[in-house]
Amino acid sequence: MPSAPRDSTPSFRDEELLADVIAGLIGNARHAAIGASSPIPAAAALLARARGHGQPQVSLLGSRRQSFFTDGGRELFDCAGQGRIDVFFLSGGQIDGEGNINLVGIGDYAQPTVRFPGSFGSSYLYYVVPKVILFRLEHSRRTLVAKVDFVSAPGTSPDNVHRPGGPIAPITNRCLFAFERQRRRFALASVHPGHSVAEVVDNTGFAFDRPPDVPVTPAPSPETLRLLRTVVAAQLTEVYPRFVAEIFGAPEPA
Amino acid sequence: MIARSLDEALTPITDGCVLAVPREVSGVAMAATRALIRRGIRRLHLIALPTSSLQADLLIGAGCVETIETSAVSLGEFGPAPRFTAAVTSGLIRVKDATCPALHAAFQAAEKGVPFMPLRGLIGSDVLTHRKDWKVVDNPFGNDDPIVLLPAIKPDVALFHAPLADREGNVWIGRDRELATMAHAAAKTVVTVEKLYDGNLFDDPALAAGALGGFYVHAIAVAPKGAWPLGLADHYGADAAHLADYARMAASSEGFAAYLDRHVHAQRAA
Repeated sequence: MPSAPRDSTPSFRDEELLADVIAGLIGNARHAAIGASSPIPAAAALLARARGHGQPQVSLLGSRRQSFFTDGGRELFDCAGQGRIDVFFLSGGQIDGEGNINLVGIGDYAQPTVRFPGSFGSSYLYYVVPKVILFRLEHSRRTLVAKVDFVSAPGTSPDNVHRPGGPIAPITNRCLFAFERQRRRFALASVHPGHSVAEVVDNTGFAFDRPPDVPVTPAPSPETLRLLRTVVAAQLTEVYPRFVAEIFGAPEPA
Repeated sequence: MIARSLDEALTPITDGCVLAVPREVSGVAMAATRALIRRGIRRLHLIALPTSSLQADLLIGAGCVETIETSAVSLGEFGPAPRFTAAVTSGLIRVKDATCPALHAAFQAAEKGVPFMPLRGLIGSDVLTHRKDWKVVDNPFGNDDPIVLLPAIKPDVALFHAPLADREGNVWIGRDRELATMAHAAAKTVVTVEKLYDGNLFDDPALAAGALGGFYVHAIAVAPKGAWPLGLADHYGADAAHLADYARMAASSEGFAAYLDRHVHAQRAA
């Protein structure tokens, strides 16, 4: 979602803010993997690695350089099944208040009114990757709904179902939520600069908890922006040349 | 082994057959796909390992597909796959929705010659609800541990594009090992390649490690730029301008028909 630099703060793009927040969520994980068509999560993981001096290991689907997989497409899933992937990113045409995600469609399954691409690896990775970050730029009542029409993967599972993984935090163009697995409910964690709690409430189709004072998502530091625009941009351009050109311009020398 | 023409290599792919094809980054036989559309193939049961993009969208739009089994069909950064979306919302094709590792596992079951493979995840999803052919059992080695079993997928034909083949019929696939799994699982495998390799791929240990034995390969046709307008990893990139044009034209059935006229029917196979 392209956006102009903000005029009231040191100049940064929404994409840079989001990458910074996501890099914070990745923290000091051992291994973060990123699926197809995910330039902002990919930038975030590369940013986390640049800050962590090589940690986490980053695997970008679709990349020949940012990937150690040699056993075909299945290796990512086998790796995740063993617990060797700590962070993954999923999205959804719909996400509901219990963390259920829908990547299939709206309406009757056999002949839906809206069809999305499909579940990809979600019906598996959501269960086995400890930290799944839900990344959905469009924050609206259309995308954040009371109940999904189709469950590609449920937010939580009964106790007897093997479930070391699940959602930790949905992030949107307006805010960051935290997921409370025991309560099966989201809580508002922070609202991005230029957005308000009232606007988040208006545009969210599910109920969520909110503290009396909701913090503003911190702006990226000059050092973060420097890393994004140099080291990260140079590494990201192999897989996402259009994104890099649009957001960062030509990569600056590191 | 090396067919005289692309059409000759494609003869095992017949109306109604179960056809397995790879994901976009692993080597998609697009020249072959256009040849199948020109031939007017019908009622395919298309299985994407584990996703598809332009290939499935073209085949569906051209009316070649009855059922698609896949984890997703999307044009990636060029947006939703328009003919897939239109066909599903009009009820024109049947979709067997899966998840990526389920397809990988079901092909692996077939290559091992075993009837099924277990997989974690899935329980409590509507993907599982709609797959009557998948079963949940209690892990026989555990205690109150439900797990999903997936029946083996044994395609009639696997079709993909690779960089090299030698005259013995061995094919070099590099690190895209799911192509080997597809070939092991399928009754027959048809491959298009960029070019022929002089010599035997198995004589060079570095090449042999990335090779698929010709024993599994029914027919090979040489099709330079055979993945176009998709890319072939380490060889050439996708034709972004063409794919953007496709996404625009295929948004309507008239535009899609014009695309077929211009890029499929008007252009004979190389």
